Amino acid sequence: MSVPFYVSPEQLTRDRADFAKKGISRGRSVVVSQATEGILLVADNSSKALHKISEIYDRIAFAAVGKYNEFENLRVSGIRFSDMRGYSYDRSDVSARSLANAYAQTMGSAFTDAPKPLEVELVVTQMGAKISEDEIYKLTFDGSLADESGYVAIGGQVDEINQAMGQSWKSSMNFSQALKTTVAALATTATGENDKFDALRLEVAVLDRSRAGRTFRRLSIEQIDKLLNEK
Amino acid sequence: MNNSLNPSSFFEYLNTQNAFTIKKSSIHSDQVVHGTTIVAVAFEGGVVMAGDRRATMGNYVAQNDMQKVFAADDYSAIGIAGSAGIAIELVKVFQVELEHYEKIESMPLSVEGKANRLSVLLRGNLGLAMEGLAAVPLFAAYDKKNNTGRVFSYDITGGRYEEHDYYAVGSGSLFARASLKKMFEVQQDHNFAIKIALESIYDAAEEDSATAGPDMARNIFPVVVKVDKAGFERISESELSKILNVILSGRKNRPNGPIASHK
Repeated sequence: MSVPFYVSPEQLTRDRADFAKKGISRGRSVVVSQATEGILLVADNSSKALHKISEIYDRIAFAAVGKYNEFENLRVSGIRFSDMRGYSYDRSDVSARSLANAYAQTMGSAFTDAPKPLEVELVVTQMGAKISEDEIYKLTFDGSLADESGYVAIGGQVDEINQAMGQSWKSSMNFSQALKTTVAALATTATGENDKFDALRLEVAVLDRSRAGRTFRRLSIEQIDKLLNEK
Repeated sequence: MNNSLNPSSFFEYLNTQNAFTIKKSSIHSDQVVHGTTIVAVAFEGGVVMAGDRRATMGNYVAQNDMQKVFAADDYSAIGIAGSAGIAIELVKVFQVELEHYEKIESMPLSVEGKANRLSVLLRGNLGLAMEGLAAVPLFAAYDKKNNTGRVFSYDITGGRYEEHDYYAVGSGSLFARASLKKMFEVQQDHNFAIKIALESIYDAAEEDSATAGPDMARNIFPVVVKVDKAGFERISESELSKILNVILSGRKNRPNGPIASHK
């Protein structure tokens, strides 16, 4: 019988974390921020068919970066989880907190038990009646769960984005102002003069505080342009 | 795909979770709540659906303000006749089924797709339906493709039949259909469709003891909804009250309702 090589738990965890981080840092970024009118989700994503931002429930949205097949799986199971809850209890009993906990469990056990950790980072957010009641949860590849407020960036170059957001984001901003701020923050990651962050390469969706029932709304290129050019 | 489960279907997922718990038993159908007259009338660019408010249990009136017409999603409506518990559950599953698909696929189902899913849901209830616990829906949707309102009727086995212009289901449906047959005209607007839908429910209520007419004393009116380009809309009580007052004053002169036009 052959004896397997001994690898210390520290080494194993570090290797797995490095592996996951490498996968995630290659991707483009997503920024989720609060605004007076609701919650704004912006992804640097030129595909109009493969989304990084999605509706989960009436007031809950999902944003992800990393490997598409992995976060798509998590997105679908999140919708199932929420629809099942809303169906068996009541629509008002579906919360982002319980969904974030379920994701943390899945991602945590994948990190330790699966052949390879999930190369994804997620944001799960729930809009409240007013800005102080909003919830934003950030989930990382190892299942760690962080409760954020204001704005959160996930993906490749979050340090630059966070720095830019930190300087200009304010809680009094409406969708238009928050979008301009977010796009300016994303633009700090531009690779050159010709690397423009216009409506064509942005995926933008909102949870709209003025709506009742399902509040998630995906913005068209025209709507994004309108918000970006609003005075 | 890792298994045969359709990932966009909530109903198939639900069945794996053993959540549908009514088992076959010897429930007598007089012991459960029943309805109803539901009508759907197409108009130029959309469709109107209306349902009375009475629920009966044997020869009792179990409820006088029951809602039997619902939004299935933003562009369709579902009305239900039959055992109330089964019917309401059917509506609930159907609503989640459509929303679930829309969220997972990032686009809504086609009108045919929605109508077919309702068939599958009904077939799931066939066992109970054979024991007397049947629910029969009427489905109406706005079809973006050709800007029309479409109406689908069903039988308890999940048989799906597309209807033209108008249809009715429930215990008073024969009377409502006969009434609509004489009043329906093509190329009319939603106001006309709402009026003849209400007239037909009034006619059904006169002949069928399980169907109620408008209760003017309590302000309990049939539920009337409209689905067109602008989406699903429930007609407000105040607007219904106006239309019903016109209908009722007409009936004071002619209790049997308007004479079919001679054209």
